[in-house]
Amino acid sequence: MILVLPIILPLLFMVVLIFTRRWLAFQQGFSIFASIMLTFVSFLILTDVQQNGILAIQPGSWDAPFGITLVADLFSAIMMITTSFVAVIIMIYSPGFIDKERQTAGYYPLVFGLLMGVNGAFITGDLFNMYVWYEVMLTSSFVLIALGGSAEQLRGSIKYVTINFVASIFFVSAIGILYGQVGTLNMADLAAKMRTWDEPMYVNSALMLFFIAFSIKSALVPFFFWLPASYHTPPMAITALFAGTLTKVGVYTLFRFYSLFVVFDQQFWMYFILTLAGLTMFIGVLMAASQFDIRKILSFHIISQVGYMVMGLGIFTVGGIAGAIYFTVHNMLSKTNTFLAGGLVYQRSGSYDLKYLGGLYKAKPFLALLFFIPALSLAGIPPLPGFFGKFFLIKGGFEAQQYFITAVAILTGLFTLFSMVKIWNEAYWKKEPEEVKEKGKVHPSALLATSLLAAAVILMGIFAGPVIDVCLQAGEQIVNPEMYINAVLKR
Amino acid sequence: MESIILQIAARHMRPLLIGLSLIVLYRGHNEPGGGFIGGLMFGAAYILYAMAFGVDRTQKSIFFNPINLTAVGLFIALISGMPALLLGDSFMTGEWYTFFQGTLMELKLGTPLLFDVGVYLTVAGMLMLVMFSLMEE
Repeated sequence: MILVLPIILPLLFMVVLIFTRRWLAFQQGFSIFASIMLTFVSFLILTDVQQNGILAIQPGSWDAPFGITLVADLFSAIMMITTSFVAVIIMIYSPGFIDKERQTAGYYPLVFGLLMGVNGAFITGDLFNMYVWYEVMLTSSFVLIALGGSAEQLRGSIKYVTINFVASIFFVSAIGILYGQVGTLNMADLAAKMRTWDEPMYVNSALMLFFIAFSIKSALVPFFFWLPASYHTPPMAITALFAGTLTKVGVYTLFRFYSLFVVFDQQFWMYFILTLAGLTMFIGVLMAASQFDIRKILSFHIISQVGYMVMGLGIFTVGGIAGAIYFTVHNMLSKTNTFLAGGLVYQRSGSYDLKYLGGLYKAKPFLALLFFIPALSLAGIPPLPGFFGKFFLIKGGFEAQQYFITAVAILTGLFTLFSMVKIWNEAYWKKEPEEVKEKGKVHPSALLATSLLAAAVILMGIFAGPVIDVCLQAGEQIVNPEMYINAVLKR
Repeated sequence: MESIILQIAARHMRPLLIGLSLIVLYRGHNEPGGGFIGGLMFGAAYILYAMAFGVDRTQKSIFFNPINLTAVGLFIALISGMPALLLGDSFMTGEWYTFFQGTLMELKLGTPLLFDVGVYLTVAGMLMLVMFSLMEE
């Protein structure tokens, strides 16, 4: 029964937060407590899955192919832990960063609505239910991205909403085609039936529609344009939350679907995904290197990093998948951390534009350190987790003899270093420009949150051994979808 | 917009629509209807009233805040899954009870109906919240 908690707890918290929306101090404290609770519950699920294998329950007591199944394997548990941990950090950060009007206008309930959708998408075992959780998540994010209603935000949110609706259309059409052909919506049942199916044409077209939908949502080439056009508009805490969670749900779903549903033409799908992964990595990082706004550099970076995760999927060996999972977790932490550090820069200097920044290393060495850690981690410098993530991905690439994509990954790493050094040089290293905007003070709670996250990044690098062990087990479960199918259908 | 016809119609339609929405809510489990449609009808009653008398007067005439109504609805939908847990079934399993069995007044009530009530309140609250903010502009 523990499996329903990741969904009903955020709903309960949301109700509490709606009723107490006038009491700001209570909201701030309660949100931190609530997100810590969620992290704890996700940990319980992880240990449960490790001991007893993949968990599956049937809410409503309707049996497997008919009712909605909730399934948790190690991958979903890992993703839930990371998401809730990122939420804890954002909840500590928000009181010090987001203005009071936004905080009382429903910011906290919406964050928990978002978390409910994200957790739901991680543990559902039903195609249509997955679509519903996506909508829950997107609806909350629509409001969050427009919250406050500045002109820039509305411009960004229109692009965001439109493209996400288009993606949802693709998603539902694919569900319709699959249901019409195979006659079931339960993902495990669908996967089992597809393995004895003799009409690959419809299945492949549905899969392609799924692929388009999720590559829009996880911002793969050529569908990434919405992300840098909208992510830099809301306050940094909201951007950081999106960066840490939303695109990764798309990546998670790609993994799940690839593992369960790609049974025909595997050769084609492998090269297709590897090509897109390579392009995404490379184009994303090139565009990041050409920007001058911290938020835009980091937004383009998200795209490039998604390429790495999908590369692990294309390789599809236990090592490759484990590397990709480790990389995803590292990315959720490090990426959020760079965004939060960027927010601190803004609080201190009043701008995100590199032209107006400078001298921060001299003035505030600790702020510089807080950016330095995740930036080096993203660039892949040992002993930070980014190094291990890339190392396992590249090792997996060599073992699977995918030399070309591996070369692209290594080259992209260099450019990542370049773009991080660019922020470092401009914002922290160079002399402070004459025409500075007014200087503000860094809020202690924002500083605390960023330091905690930086500490978590370092710990993840130091304890890479145990973490990668769990990732290897998770990779095992992804590569052998029979485990998932049997756990759901109780065979 | 002041229209005497609309005002009189709205004044009489409001209790009627609310009553109908409750009937639609109750028959929803086995026949056409349900929480969603009922909620829309409930919301429509107040939207009609707001069109005739303005948003301010409508908000004064209701004793609840639409956003609180939504929250209550979400909470009711949530606890409708709990009785099954107490009885040892899976979360959200439908539990039914029949009152006055064998008489003319036979009444079947169960947790799916409770869930529908939650949906009803959520939809009604959300609809009123959205429409009132749009009409205020």
